[in-house]
Amino acid sequence: MDKNRKVHQFKNPVLNWIEFRLPIISYFKKEYGDYPMPKNCNYFWSFGALATITLVTMIVSGIFLAMNYTPHTDMAFDSVERIMRDVNYGWLMRYIHSNGAAFFFIIVYIHIVRAMYFGSYKYPRELNWILGVFIFLLMMATSFLGYTLPWGQMSYWGATVITNLFSAIPFIGEGLKTWLLGDYNVGNATLNRFFALHYVLPFVIFGVVGLHVAAVHVHGSNNPDGIDIKTNNDSVNFFPYMLIKDTVAMCAFGVAISAVIFFGPNLMAEVDNYIPADPLVTPAHIVPNWYLAPFYAILRAVPDKLGGVLLMFGAIVILFVLPWLDRSKVRSCNYRPIYKWFMMGFFVNFFALGYVGMLPAEGLYLLIARVGLLYYFGFFFIITPFVGWIEKPSKLPLSISDVYAKNIAPNIGGGEKGIPSPAMQKDTYL
Amino acid sequence: MAKKPKNKRRDFLQLSTVTLGAVGTAAFIWPFLKSMSPAEDTLAAGSTEVDISTIEEGQSITIKWRGKPVFIKKRTKEEIDAAKMVQASDLRDPQDDADRVQKEEWLVLVGVCTHLGCVPLGQKVSDMKGEYDGWYCPCHGSHYDTSGRIRKGPAPKNLDVPPYTFLNDNTIKIG
Repeated sequence: MDKNRKVHQFKNPVLNWIEFRLPIISYFKKEYGDYPMPKNCNYFWSFGALATITLVTMIVSGIFLAMNYTPHTDMAFDSVERIMRDVNYGWLMRYIHSNGAAFFFIIVYIHIVRAMYFGSYKYPRELNWILGVFIFLLMMATSFLGYTLPWGQMSYWGATVITNLFSAIPFIGEGLKTWLLGDYNVGNATLNRFFALHYVLPFVIFGVVGLHVAAVHVHGSNNPDGIDIKTNNDSVNFFPYMLIKDTVAMCAFGVAISAVIFFGPNLMAEVDNYIPADPLVTPAHIVPNWYLAPFYAILRAVPDKLGGVLLMFGAIVILFVLPWLDRSKVRSCNYRPIYKWFMMGFFVNFFALGYVGMLPAEGLYLLIARVGLLYYFGFFFIITPFVGWIEKPSKLPLSISDVYAKNIAPNIGGGEKGIPSPAMQKDTYL
Repeated sequence: MAKKPKNKRRDFLQLSTVTLGAVGTAAFIWPFLKSMSPAEDTLAAGSTEVDISTIEEGQSITIKWRGKPVFIKKRTKEEIDAAKMVQASDLRDPQDDADRVQKEEWLVLVGVCTHLGCVPLGQKVSDMKGEYDGWYCPCHGSHYDTSGRIRKGPAPKNLDVPPYTFLNDNTIKIG
């Protein structure tokens, strides 16, 4: 071992004792204390922190729900009803968990929109983006598994439809489906394993989130102008500035989710899921959770089983290669006069796909889904590569401070007044 | 590039260690993967005997077999004729009506849409039966005819015919 290792010295002897044996305190100081954030980051940059907090909330509420839940086809539905009626605060745990899942997706979608609009996926943060898409995939899998557990009609038929997607794969499809279900149809074996996987996957997500955060801390956060930090004047320390900002965002989020949990806990739930699962009767209209609806719309827009399945999964897989489809070196859409509008069109289109994904696939809705499908893939394969070639970006500011020098009153420009420079913020804690 | 005998020995040891390790890992993983396949008791899910003496002409009943719905329909003359008139080669999943039934009037089907596994409508008089007067899947709009063959919509295959035998005129054994 290196005897010359420089050990960080703190005033507190207990901290010094720990630091000498495990340098965790200097690690947190570096990554969450002095960590420089671009000072122009707006509230869009709070959604990563919000997502982390929501993940922890989901894990905690999920563990307490599991203490009262029974993963058996004969008892699952009743055990959920017991949680709602008899378990102390069981209703609260369940409403936190079910609405928390929906809010988790809202937050993550905004987080993804942020990353796409401001070009956070570009060099040098491509791996960070890939890890993020991977988290998104894991979230979708986890939410699907969890939705099966209450064993209502939507649980049962949602699980049936989604696992049948695998049967579209030529040759091995049917065998793969049977292997996944542990039976020839969704049954007790399926419910048992879905519960086991639904319990463990969030911890996998937690691990990947750790990598995701570690990766972004290597090159630092992107910002609304998409330019790098050049001097100390361009950044503020994470503590206390961004921590306080994230706390404000968290309070606003807390108000929003509480309003839904206490005043409209079933706003985002499907009525049919309060009917116990019946393998002999399919509900007239199977609806996915709204946060998966855009992908469901793509599945139904294609009049071919295998084609629909491939395009649906393709719609997610395409995200992985976005950093290489985009030819432009300019990160932020604020400086891309043409691409900006296509990007906004993409968000509107995704929203429209989600809307028709909740409605029957016929007539006008089907037409909208097909147009939406074309724009979705056209955006990635045609618009994104080609706009990068033909577009002339606006002039980028020289530095982050320069943005303030131009856009805000000149007397606080450059971070000399108004915003203290990081040099002045050092040693304000510990 | 010529190697010294010493290096050859080292290479052999490395290669055989890695190979044995890989085989051992695969052998270790296999039981875990296999444990997810249907268990013995699931596979042993047996057969079901159904009394069909009370089914009227044109009527269809649903019974449960291995956790799945099975449709048993006593077809009318018109329905049989409609099913027979179709040219098999015109179909997505070409099959003659005669290959799908043992006795003309009795149609036995697994009531699971071959698209994504929903139960098609058409068992009740009030149900939608689709454009071919057989069954209609409400999930993604597949239409089946009076022989349970796919005619329109996203489903790739005809409704499955389960293995069954007539024990006598009034009883069918499914499975």
